Amino acid sequence: MSEEMYDDDEYDGVIKKFMYVNRKAPYGTIYALESLEVVLIGAAFDQDISLVFMDDGVYQLKKGQDTKETEIKNFSPTYRALEMYDVEKLYVSKDSMDERGLSEDDLIVPVEVMSSEKMADLMEEQDVIFSF
Amino acid sequence: MILHTVNKSPFEKNTLISCLNHAKAGSSVLFIEDGIYAALQNTRFSDQVSSAMKDINLYVLEPDLKARGVQDNLIDGIKKVDYAGFVDLTTEHDTVDAWL
Repeated sequence: MSEEMYDDDEYDGVIKKFMYVNRKAPYGTIYALESLEVVLIGAAFDQDISLVFMDDGVYQLKKGQDTKETEIKNFSPTYRALEMYDVEKLYVSKDSMDERGLSEDDLIVPVEVMSSEKMADLMEEQDVIFSF
Repeated sequence: MILHTVNKSPFEKNTLISCLNHAKAGSSVLFIEDGIYAALQNTRFSDQVSSAMKDINLYVLEPDLKARGVQDNLIDGIKKVDYAGFVDLTTEHDTVDAWL
């Protein structure tokens, strides 16, 4: 009976809309790295995943991170690998970018820059929201 | 004179503002960890930090700038120090006040 459930590499259960809201800068706290780990777990179960970066969370995607001298792990290349896990919906808050003087060119991955109003609508559509 | 250290992002905590409001002329402020975001150009806090430089010495820990990929966005006049420079600053000042 369970054979039928597992006869295929693809997960064929319920697909829910998961949103991960990232609001913390990288390295100063563990939130950014922990979020990334949980995102990858969700992706392994073929869920419909959206990532939001707002407030200091936009700094997670800053190009040119070099942690060599601090001797902590630079996890920013992982954001570029998300595409391989079919995590392709990356949304960035326009207000948060503006107050930090950042533009799309400063980011390591392609994103959709979004107004707070549109972001709020997107949140409303989700089944599950994880906040980091 | 006091060496003040700020390790929290100004966007998340009011540590930067409290610190600047209590730093006397001639004292020093060193930005470390997420505090380095206070040292960047074109942010909501840039003007306030720039004007603080008129009578306070501002420093930033360069390895923390590099880790966050913002080494090219530093406000002119803020001096970069490495870990050895951090140690020098602590010995050159009478007291260290670590704003958390």
